[in-house]
Amino acid sequence: MKPIVKVEHLSKQYQIGAREAAYGTLRESIVDLARAPFQRLRGRTSDATNQTIWALKDVGFEIEPGEVVGIIGRNGAGKSTILKILSRITEPTTGKVELYGRVGSLLEVGTGFHPELTGRENIFLNGSILGMGRHDITSKFDEIVAFAEIEKFIDTPVKRYSSGMYVRLAFAVAAHLEPEIMLIDEVLAVGDARFQRKCLTKMQDVGKQGHTVLFVSHNMSAITRLCPRTILFDQGRVLSDGPSHVVAREYLREGLGTTAAREWTDSSKAPSSEVVRLRAVRVRDEKGEVTGVMDISKPIAIEMEFVVLQGGYELTPNYHFLNEQGEYVFVTADNDPAWFNRPRPAGCFISTAWIPGNLLAEGTMMVGAAVTTREPEIIHVFERDAVAFQVVDSMDGNSVRGDYSGHIPGVIRPLLQWETRYTSEQCEIVAGGTPR
Amino acid sequence: MLKPAAPADQTAIQIEATPPKHTAHNLPDTPVVVIQPGSAWSALNLRELWAYRELLFFLTWRDVKVRYKQTALGVAWAIMQPLFTMLIFSLLFGRLAGMNTKTGGIPYPVFAYAGLLPWTFFANAVTTSGNSLVGSANLITKVYFPRMIIPGASVAAGLVDFSIAFVLLIGLMFYYKVALTWNLLLFPVLVLLTSLLALGVGMWLSALNVKYRDIRFALPFLVQLWMFASPVFYPSNLLPEKWRVVFQFNPLVGIIDGYRSSLFGQPIDWTALALSALLTTLMLVYAAYSFRRMEKTFADIV
Repeated sequence: MKPIVKVEHLSKQYQIGAREAAYGTLRESIVDLARAPFQRLRGRTSDATNQTIWALKDVGFEIEPGEVVGIIGRNGAGKSTILKILSRITEPTTGKVELYGRVGSLLEVGTGFHPELTGRENIFLNGSILGMGRHDITSKFDEIVAFAEIEKFIDTPVKRYSSGMYVRLAFAVAAHLEPEIMLIDEVLAVGDARFQRKCLTKMQDVGKQGHTVLFVSHNMSAITRLCPRTILFDQGRVLSDGPSHVVAREYLREGLGTTAAREWTDSSKAPSSEVVRLRAVRVRDEKGEVTGVMDISKPIAIEMEFVVLQGGYELTPNYHFLNEQGEYVFVTADNDPAWFNRPRPAGCFISTAWIPGNLLAEGTMMVGAAVTTREPEIIHVFERDAVAFQVVDSMDGNSVRGDYSGHIPGVIRPLLQWETRYTSEQCEIVAGGTPR
Repeated sequence: MLKPAAPADQTAIQIEATPPKHTAHNLPDTPVVVIQPGSAWSALNLRELWAYRELLFFLTWRDVKVRYKQTALGVAWAIMQPLFTMLIFSLLFGRLAGMNTKTGGIPYPVFAYAGLLPWTFFANAVTTSGNSLVGSANLITKVYFPRMIIPGASVAAGLVDFSIAFVLLIGLMFYYKVALTWNLLLFPVLVLLTSLLALGVGMWLSALNVKYRDIRFALPFLVQLWMFASPVFYPSNLLPEKWRVVFQFNPLVGIIDGYRSSLFGQPIDWTALALSALLTTLMLVYAAYSFRRMEKTFADIV
């Protein structure tokens, strides 16, 4: 079939620190202008021109009409850049893109919302910014309001909305766009879980109606659930492109998700106090390999390497786990009897905590690493978000998910033992009694 | 190969049988959009601007709506600014400096207000549109639309204030019993000319402002200088004859004098007006050209 999106040899070069450098003042430009010839004489150009990076390098792919394609990669892999080029916000350095349909892009929820305007006014403003015509908005107005569940507050300025209402309204407008090609960036990481689910359903509907969707995310679980096909980006190139479950495995293997290991080689920069200095925090899988992407059914090891600079303290290493919504999932502290309530001598230690498989929910988990003394309470070091890893369900049937592809709520997802008995044919409820 | 050749009379039935959801798959033969570095974007795409006219309307409407929110006096501010300036000018220049004898028989307050009305519009439009792109960074980095709409909406929003302040001018003209003439027909043309000049200057400055934030500081100063260089509180004929030609290279001279001629029925200086129109067109073309050139990097550096 003929593609609706055709990307050929696309590259985009950025100047490092372009934001700061380009701000420039007239004076700097004039000074640069005056300085340039001399620099050329000395055989070197200004530093700014040398410090460039290729955010995208020779990227090519085609997307057929009606496809729902996920784009994944770690931070800086180029996934946001490709979306910005496709939505014409920024221009490529070389290459070509052909789009055979109207494009709607959703790079942020609530673009152009004005806090002083009412919900009603913002629907019109935001709708027209996203490319909807006035008649379009008028005809879908009631539907948008109902979807956002804000009927009562439609004539209230949005600055008085709760953040949940704000996000719901913003997404409701976006969800009613009907371009032929829809570009979506990570916007689903907002709102409460129930509303997220609603949005995902709405997005799936969009896909089914024959619209083409490109969905950029760092959330592998959302991508495998929504998109049959995934393109994996790494360092500005397409690393892999194919059915999502195949690409997901590659993603797992490459450990492209997050910062799985932090090592402080420069002791002056390491988190430290007079008593303790952190040397490293790592996430390992059951084989001992450092990786940032974990299979939901496999155990995970969190390892902390630290130096005790002053002996004689009772020390308890502990880890703090937060999910991507910022919720505190749990805290765990070292309970190894070998060192429990015993003063430690100076020297190097490695403490590892094992998280069993099938305990955490899918998603990103941020790990804070701390070393504390219990009595009297002293926090010697506490490095928040020291490492992070992603929990991904490869859908091989060893998890709670099984072959269910929908959204599963919950902060944790333990695989519990269930027992179901068939008790009798007649099921009359006996008041106050337990069934036998 | 997918579609076997069908007799012509059957094609109609085939089209009907196609469920509506497949219409999205009937792709056009040529791309709707081609994204390439350089060329394709550099031409001024008037058709695209036209396609986005509703966005211009909504952004203008937003600017107008938001401007006087949570103010006690609201829209009255649109009148207060030129009104109080007029009162101060009347006292300072009219009475103390004795300028009220040099206005060609027009009472100084109405003379000054007729100059302040277009001037206030122009100054506010240039200031707000000059800062508009930087203030809309969140839009520029998240959605595509022709960027010219942003400074354009600022100028258009200024027109609303202009019409409100215009009401006071009518009142003043009645109060001072200024006779109306056919010269009034020129008025709408002058409003258009003022808007286009403000758009040209504002658009150019807004694009420069993205790259050089100096503009933000230079703007109020520039606007102030421009007022002294324009016949806002003094009549043009106050200047010696030999300097008047140089003076007229400020396009606002022909325009503001034009407003007074049109309102007070004085003879119209067509050469000065034609020069203003020419300069305005040149400014607008240059601004549009340099805006398009700088537009490509807005999202990366704003």
